[in-house]
Amino acid sequence: MSSRWEVVIGMEVHVQPRTRSKMFCGCAIGELGDAPNTHVCEVCLGLPGVLPVPNKAAVEACLKTALALGCEIPRHTKFDRKNYMYPDLPKGYQISQYDLPMSINGRLDVGGRQVRIRRVHLEEDTGKLVHAGDKLHKAWESYVDLNRAGVPLMEIVSEPDLRSADDARDYAMELRTLLRTIGASEADMEKGQMRAEPNISIRRQGSEELGVKTELKNINSFRALHRAILFEVERQREVLEAGGKVEQETRGWSEAEQRTFPQRSKEQAEDYRYFPEPDIPPLELDRDWIEMIRGALPEMPSVRRERLIRTHGLPASDVAVIGADRELADLLEGAVATGAPAKQVANWIVGEVAPTGKLPSAQNLAELVTLVGDGTITRDQGREVLLESVETGRTPAEIAAEHGFRQMSDETELRVLAQAVIDANPKAVADYRSGKTQVIGVLIRDLRARARQANPKLANEVLLKLLG
Amino acid sequence: MTGDDLTRLTVKDALSLLRLGSVSAADLVTAHVQRIERLDPHVKAFLRFTPELWERQAAEADRLIRQGESRPLLGIPIAVKDVLCVTGVETTAGSQILKGFKPPYTATAVQRLFEAGALMLGVTNCDEFAMGSSTENSSYFPTRNPWDLTRVPGGSSGGSAAAVAAGEAMLALGTDTGGSIRQPAALCGVVGMKPTYGRVSRYGLIAFASSLDQIGPFARCVDDAAITLSLMSGLDPLDATSADRAPMEVLNNFNAGVRGMRLGVPREYYDVKGIEPGVKTAIDAALATFRMQGAEIIDVSLPHTDYGLAAYYIIAPAECSSNLARFDGVKYGLSEVDAPNITDQYLETRRKGFGGEVRRRVMLGTYALSTGYYDAYYLKAQKVRTLIKRDFDAAFKNCDAIVSATSPTVAFPLGAKTKEPLSMYLCDVLTLGGNLAGLPGISVPCGTSGDLPVGLQVLAPQWGENVALRVARAYEEASGVTAQVAGVV
Repeated sequence: MSSRWEVVIGMEVHVQPRTRSKMFCGCAIGELGDAPNTHVCEVCLGLPGVLPVPNKAAVEACLKTALALGCEIPRHTKFDRKNYMYPDLPKGYQISQYDLPMSINGRLDVGGRQVRIRRVHLEEDTGKLVHAGDKLHKAWESYVDLNRAGVPLMEIVSEPDLRSADDARDYAMELRTLLRTIGASEADMEKGQMRAEPNISIRRQGSEELGVKTELKNINSFRALHRAILFEVERQREVLEAGGKVEQETRGWSEAEQRTFPQRSKEQAEDYRYFPEPDIPPLELDRDWIEMIRGALPEMPSVRRERLIRTHGLPASDVAVIGADRELADLLEGAVATGAPAKQVANWIVGEVAPTGKLPSAQNLAELVTLVGDGTITRDQGREVLLESVETGRTPAEIAAEHGFRQMSDETELRVLAQAVIDANPKAVADYRSGKTQVIGVLIRDLRARARQANPKLANEVLLKLLG
Repeated sequence: MTGDDLTRLTVKDALSLLRLGSVSAADLVTAHVQRIERLDPHVKAFLRFTPELWERQAAEADRLIRQGESRPLLGIPIAVKDVLCVTGVETTAGSQILKGFKPPYTATAVQRLFEAGALMLGVTNCDEFAMGSSTENSSYFPTRNPWDLTRVPGGSSGGSAAAVAAGEAMLALGTDTGGSIRQPAALCGVVGMKPTYGRVSRYGLIAFASSLDQIGPFARCVDDAAITLSLMSGLDPLDATSADRAPMEVLNNFNAGVRGMRLGVPREYYDVKGIEPGVKTAIDAALATFRMQGAEIIDVSLPHTDYGLAAYYIIAPAECSSNLARFDGVKYGLSEVDAPNITDQYLETRRKGFGGEVRRRVMLGTYALSTGYYDAYYLKAQKVRTLIKRDFDAAFKNCDAIVSATSPTVAFPLGAKTKEPLSMYLCDVLTLGGNLAGLPGISVPCGTSGDLPVGLQVLAPQWGENVALRVARAYEEASGVTAQVAGVV
C-alpha cells in the first residue's frame, strides 16, 4: 500500500440484542438451523390488519448499548418505515429509525483511541430467501424463511474515524467485548448476531476531502472483515492510480474467492420513502428509567483493562486476553481478592482457562494457583486438577488429595528416579556424554513419563548432575 | 310480533324481549335472515354470510339466557364490514387481491362484541380498502341505498349503513378514515359514530391509513351506538396506538341534555361549497331545536378547513401506499405466480388485484413520499394537519361541541361521481377534519330533504365521546327524529 493514500473507514454494525422475543411480536428468537417458518405469527408474517408492538427488552438493550457508548439519548425518538418490496420483507417495509434515532453522539475507546459513534438505533431484521438451483438467476424456485423476520437489531454507526483494516477489526472486536460485558448481546458473528458493514474510501494523504466510498456486505467473521478491507483498499488504489474513478456502490465479500464484487450501484439504489411509522406512537423514554440503566452499567472494558494493568501490574498482553471477556476479568479479580498472586492467576487464565472457555470458581482457581505455586503439586497435575474442578465444582485440594497428587521434591527419591532413566536409555546417555546435548529432551520426557509428580526443576537438576 | 317487527327493534328493546323470553336469539336471527333473503338481493349490503357463526352464537346466547346470564349484547345480530378480520371468515377489504383470505385471528373490536354476546350475520360490502364515499369502488358490486335503490348508500362503510337502515342487522361495524362511518350513516338515515383516535383498538382492521382509521358502530339510536362503542373501547396490548382510557367514560353523563351547553357552528362548515339547500334547511331546524332545549348556538371558525382535503389526500394515500405494499402475491391472496420474475409477479398481481381508485392512491402516496417531493407534500401536509388540530383546539375553547351537516348532500345517484374522483373526494369535506385531528364525531338522522335522509354531525374534543353522544342524544329525544327502517320497494 502506497504511503501516499490514506484509508478512511466508517462502520455500520448490526447487532442482535439479547431478547427472548422478536422486535414487534411475541415470537421466540429461533436458533440457526431451526426448521424454516417455525418462529412466525401473524405479525411477523405481515398478515393484513395486524400491528407491531415494540419489545421493551430490545429498547432496554439498545439504551444500555447507547449509554455504554456514551451516547446522548434525545427526548424524542420514533420509528419509521423504510419502504421497499422484496419477498423476504413481509410487510413491504422495514420498521427502522430514520431522523430521530434512539441515541446519538457516542464514542468507543479502541486501544486508547476514541472512535466517534454517530448513532445507535433499533430496527427489525428481514427474512431469508433460499434458492433451489446453484445461482440466483438460474434458480427454478425460491423459498422464503421468515424465522428471522422481525428479530430485533441494533444498528451502531461510527463516524469515518478508522484508518486501516486493523483499526476496523479492533473496533469491531472492542464493540463485541463491550456488548458482552454489558450483557446487551452475545454478538457472535458466526451466528449472525453481529454483522459488520465497513464503508471504505481512500484519499491522498493530507487531503481533507473524503473519497468516494463503497460499502461491503456479507462479512461474517473478524478475519473476513480484515481481509475484505485489505482487498477493497487495494482495489480502490489500483482503480485510482490507473486514472479511474471509484463507483459509489455496495459490494459483497466472497469468502470463497477472497474478493469483493459489485452488488448494487448508487444508480440502482432505492428510494426508501421513509416516513414516521403511524402504528407506533413516538417514544417518550422515561428519564428515570434511563438513569437506572446507566447506573446499573458495569465498568467499561477499556477502563477495566487500564485498572488491571495499574492495580495488578499485569502485562498488556495478558490484559488483552483477560480484558476482552468480562467473565475472565471477574475471575481474575475474584481469585486475586482471595489472596492469590495476580501474575500467576493471569498465567493460568491466559494459558488454561481462556482457551477452553470453561471457568472454575474464583475460589477454586486461587486455591489451585496456591497449590502449584507453593510446590504442593506440579503444573501438570494442576492442569488435571483444574479440569476436574471445573467439571465437578469440587476444590483443588480435595481432588489433589484424592488422586494422591503431591510433588516429589525429595532429592534421594529424585536421584533414584534419574538413575532409572539413565539405565533405561544407554544410547541417549552415550550421545549426551559425547556432546549431543540436545538429546536431553528424550531423557527428560522419559523422566516425566515415569513420575509426573516429580518437581520438574529439581528433577532436571538431579538428572543433569548424574549425567555429569 | 311478526318477523319483520323483530328487525325494526333497537338493541335496548330486543334485549328486554330476549330477557322476558318472548323471543329467542334464534328467533331474532331467523327474522333477520328472512329479511335479508327478501331485501338484500336489491340492497346488496352483504358480501357473504356466516351461518356457522350465527348458529353457534345464537345457540350459545339462548343457553346463557336460559341460565339467567346477562350480557350487554347477548343475542343481538350484527354485521361486520369487510375490513375487520374474523377468524376463519373470508375477509377481503372489498378487494380481489384478498379473495379467499381467511384470517387466523379476530379483530379486537369484533372479539369484544362477541364476548358481549353479539351474533355475527355476515360481512358487509365496502369500497375497496375503504377508499371511497359511495361503496361503488367495491370490487364485487355496488350497494344500494335502502331509501332509494337508484342511489348510493355512501361509503366506504356503505354495506354496514345500508344493512342497519334496511333492517338486515340490528347493529353494524364500520371504519372511518375520512368520514366512512358518518357519511354513509347520514345518507342511510342511521346513527354512526367515529371515536377518538386510539379509543378502539385497530388490531385486525385491514389498514387504509393507520393514523386516521378508527372502528365505530352503526345503530338505530344513539343509546345503542353508545353502548356498542363502550364495549369495543379500551387499551389493547396488540395495538400500541390504543389508549388506556376507561371504556365506560364514553357514557359519562351522556343523557344529561344540552341545557347550558355551547354548541359551535363553524362558518366554514355551515356554508361549505356545494351544500344543498335542503340539507341546510334540516340543519337550521336542528339548530333551532338545540336552542329550544336551552343550548347556546355560537359561531366558531375552523380557518384551515379549505386545506384539510388537500392534506388528507396526501397523508391518507402516503400511508396507504405503504400499508398496501404487503399485498405482493407472495404470502396470501391473489398471486400471479406464472410471471417470469419477482418484479413482474408483483406488478401483475397488483395490477389484477387492485381496482382503479386503489391504484390511484398508491401512486399518489408513493409520489408524495419520494425523495425530492417529501418536504413539499408529505411534510407540508403534516404541518397543515397540525394547524387543523389547532383550529379545533381554538374552537373548543369557546364551545363544548361542534355541530354541522355530516354530508353537504343527500344520497346521490349511482354513477354520479364515479367519473370525477375529486367530486367524490368532496363528499368527505365536513368529516375528514375530525380524522385529521383525531376527534370523536357522530352522525344522527336529522330529517329529510326530498325524502332522503340528512345527517347531523356532532364533533367533540379528544376523548369527549360522551359530549358528542350527549348532544346527539338530546337532539334525538327533542326532535323525535329517529332512525327508521327503510321499506325498500
